[in-house]
Amino acid sequence: MMYGELGGSRTRRTVTGMARVLGALRLDGMLLSGLIVVSLFGLFVLWSAAGDNTSLWFNQLARIGIGFTLLIALSQVPDHFLRMLSPAVYLLGLVLLIVVALVGDVGKGAQRWLDLGLIRFQPSEIMKLAVPMMCAWYLYQRPLPPSIRDVGVVILIVILPVVLIAEQPDLGTALLVAASGMIVLVLGGLSPAYLLGGVAVLGAAVPLVWRFLMHDYQRQRVLTLLDPQSDALGAGYHIIQSQIAIGSGGIFGKGWMNGSQAQLEFLPERSTDFIFAVIGEELGLLGLFALLIGYLFIVGRGMYMAMQCRDAFARLLAGSIALTFFVYTFVNAGMVMGLLPVVGVPLPLVSYGGTSFVTLMAGFGILMSLHSSRKLVG
Amino acid sequence: MRRVRIKDDALEQRMFLQRSLFATGIVAIVAVLLCGRAFWLQVVQHAHYVELSQGNRARIEPLPPNRGVIYDRAGRVIAENTPAYQLEIVREQAGDLEVALGRLARFGLLDPGEISRVRQLVQSRRSFEAVPFLLQLDDEEVARYAVHRHELPGVLLETRMARHYPYGPIGAHALGYVGTISEDDLPRIDRERYFGTGVIGKTGIERAYEQQLLGVGGYREVLVNAEGRPVKLLSDSDAQLQSREPQAGRELRLTIDIELQRVAEEAMAGRRGAVVAIDPSNGDVLVFASLPSFDPNGFARGITRSDYLALTENPDQPLFNRVIRGTYPPGSTIKPLMALAGLEYDVLKPTDTVYCPGHYSLPGSRHRFRDFKREGHGTMDMENAVMQSCDVYFYRLANTLGIDRIHDAMVRMGFGVPTGIDIAGERSGIMPSPAWKKTAFSGRENQVWFPGETVIVGIGQGYWTATILQLASATALLAKRGQHYRPRLVRALVDPQTHVVEELTPKALPPIELKHAENWDIIINAMVAVTSGPRGTALRAGRGATYSIAGKTGTAQVFSVGQTEKYNEKDVAERLRDHALFIAFAPAEAPKLAIAVLVENGGFGSAAAAPIARAIFDKYLVKAPQ
Repeated sequence: MMYGELGGSRTRRTVTGMARVLGALRLDGMLLSGLIVVSLFGLFVLWSAAGDNTSLWFNQLARIGIGFTLLIALSQVPDHFLRMLSPAVYLLGLVLLIVVALVGDVGKGAQRWLDLGLIRFQPSEIMKLAVPMMCAWYLYQRPLPPSIRDVGVVILIVILPVVLIAEQPDLGTALLVAASGMIVLVLGGLSPAYLLGGVAVLGAAVPLVWRFLMHDYQRQRVLTLLDPQSDALGAGYHIIQSQIAIGSGGIFGKGWMNGSQAQLEFLPERSTDFIFAVIGEELGLLGLFALLIGYLFIVGRGMYMAMQCRDAFARLLAGSIALTFFVYTFVNAGMVMGLLPVVGVPLPLVSYGGTSFVTLMAGFGILMSLHSSRKLVG
Repeated sequence: MRRVRIKDDALEQRMFLQRSLFATGIVAIVAVLLCGRAFWLQVVQHAHYVELSQGNRARIEPLPPNRGVIYDRAGRVIAENTPAYQLEIVREQAGDLEVALGRLARFGLLDPGEISRVRQLVQSRRSFEAVPFLLQLDDEEVARYAVHRHELPGVLLETRMARHYPYGPIGAHALGYVGTISEDDLPRIDRERYFGTGVIGKTGIERAYEQQLLGVGGYREVLVNAEGRPVKLLSDSDAQLQSREPQAGRELRLTIDIELQRVAEEAMAGRRGAVVAIDPSNGDVLVFASLPSFDPNGFARGITRSDYLALTENPDQPLFNRVIRGTYPPGSTIKPLMALAGLEYDVLKPTDTVYCPGHYSLPGSRHRFRDFKREGHGTMDMENAVMQSCDVYFYRLANTLGIDRIHDAMVRMGFGVPTGIDIAGERSGIMPSPAWKKTAFSGRENQVWFPGETVIVGIGQGYWTATILQLASATALLAKRGQHYRPRLVRALVDPQTHVVEELTPKALPPIELKHAENWDIIINAMVAVTSGPRGTALRAGRGATYSIAGKTGTAQVFSVGQTEKYNEKDVAERLRDHALFIAFAPAEAPKLAIAVLVENGGFGSAAAAPIARAIFDKYLVKAPQ
């Protein structure tokens, strides 16, 4: 009795104390919890996927630290400030992309990196946030639903960086950037007629894209998806091995650190793009479900927060950030499970790879800033 | 009219809400799609993918069985498995391969002429694989390796089980040997049973009892990574990896008495020839000697090319199994059998006499068949004819019997047909007959049987050839008065786990029953006279024996002596001298051992061959009476 009362009051004090701290930092407790849980889950899996390479794991730990710091920092920025900066950030990103196209470093056969001496980074990562910001900024100033002219402008805003990124070539990022912009347009009230028309145009454009825009290896990836066995040791190897990993995991998995596909190096890119297969193999269907529930929670909370935002800029940008996060998940999981062609998209919050994690955290920082700005006027 | 649109935040918010719900719906659908796909892969197709992943990760590593141990009749080990040392090299650990090979050559662990072969061998394998390159290390090489080990990274000393024959060349022709499986062996084996074994019985008992000796191989599944490199998982309690223990092959108990064999081979030392000793009561072969012999250990551990050439190019042909593959004219050793045939066909009585003037001619012919005793033996009854080996008596007898009756009688005693001993490669020799001559020669003029050819068959010459095993088997038959067993080398099989002994029953052949059983005694008494009678040809061999020996000497011509020439042993080159033969059994009244001895180019049987039989009898009957 005494103990219960004491414990209860202490718990209540702790919770209210936490809430006060979060409020002061303009952070959303639920979203932050979701992000932390999924990130810890990612670290747990990465320990197994990294194998003997523990330095890789500590690198990721450091990046998670950087990511959360950036999240807290960005959530302090007032939303109107973000809105004001949008065109500048977008233009800066565009310039950097052009610079990369001219003088960038080549890594893994693609020209993506910009070496600034201290840090090397991919300007395309900036675009993941700059494009939806720019789209939301533009539509914020227009009455919604957008007119056909506005739609044209937004498409132009999206298409310029997407083409530059696709040319690097980095189809995965280009796809995500395009998605983030288009989501803004759809959320902004793009009429269903345009939407259907757009899909039709895209469908018609597929043969042209196939013929003129896609690289040989990209075409190969699509062909491989349709028939992985056609090249089991070449392009189909990734898909076949990742499906073997997931399928052999069963409902309960082979146990953490016990996935033979992953631990014996049959699974390529096991700590980066194919880490989803490691989860499927070692933690089974239950592990995959748990992760998906975590993702859905983050997306759901993000959408809920977007609905509460006070103006169109905040709503559109917040919604785009939340939904783009799910697109990441779908593209990666779909690729690893053999539903989509192999494109280099990491599994959000889990895959090893610094830039991706940091960019995601920046996005959620912005989302929290947009959400908490509402309270200041309310 | 163009309407100016202004922002309506309430409308926008409503629309956003609507679109958000729509998007959330899509998210839900996609999430269900992903879950469905995961369910399909992990539940519906689970078994399929488990199989694929097993195939990915496990490599089967063979565990070769221990070959069955072979014991002689007294339980002495004569073929076993002992560790042998071999050197292996792992390329990725060896650093610069050229440097490593150079050092190996400098330390005397690699013949400089072999460097290019080893380099090719090593480079044809994966860099982490251990490639054996020196199979048979003697103690000195092992010591040299130990001294220089620190200079030879990636060079490993490994042990494997190899066949070892502790008695070396003694009995090698009976035992045979194992060797690396070659192209020639493949058609006769089930390759799966040899997974990981690598050696197979090549000759003799090792070959004939291959199925029993081999055992059943085991295996162990080893985890490998995508490169095929064996790995260990952090948590090593993986129950899904399967293994099966190998089962050792069955042990053999031979009929050979290896110490008796040693006595026989030592008595034969320095000569070429063959000795077989058979227990007439069951066909057990106690001595199976072919001289010169060879060391089967060389084959078992991987013989070098030069050693092999030395064996095959040796004019004494140590690899030639003289016991079952050498066919020789049996010479006078068959005279007791010939006499027996004469009695059985009632063409003469033991007391009938023949006058021997030193030569014999067919009626109406001037051709003289000479007796080895130029001046003649004088008047001969049967016992004297056998005891003194009178040729004229048997020329006459053969002519009287005729070739067909001789052929029939001798085939019943095992000539011209294989004895059926339990190892392969036996030759049947030739028991000639007119029918045989028709098939053996192509020209019509060569196919006719001449009466003179019958005459010389009477003294075991002419076309008649036999193996020493056939002679020994016929001697055993004589000793047992018509009881006959198939000669055998293995008498029992033993399961190494349960120690259950499977005794093989001796294989009795149809006995020979005479119309007059006392004829056996007449012949055997004549043979006893050979070693004890006043003019016995093997008197010297029988002198001082505490048991009675029934024997018969023989001399097989290697080349024909002209009609008027006097045969002079000393003038003839060693390899053209006659083969010396001797058959005997003892004790005559209750035979325990029947022996046939051949000494190639040994001259007279009494001098060269009979003492060898005596040495075996002495060892077997006197020193270790049974």
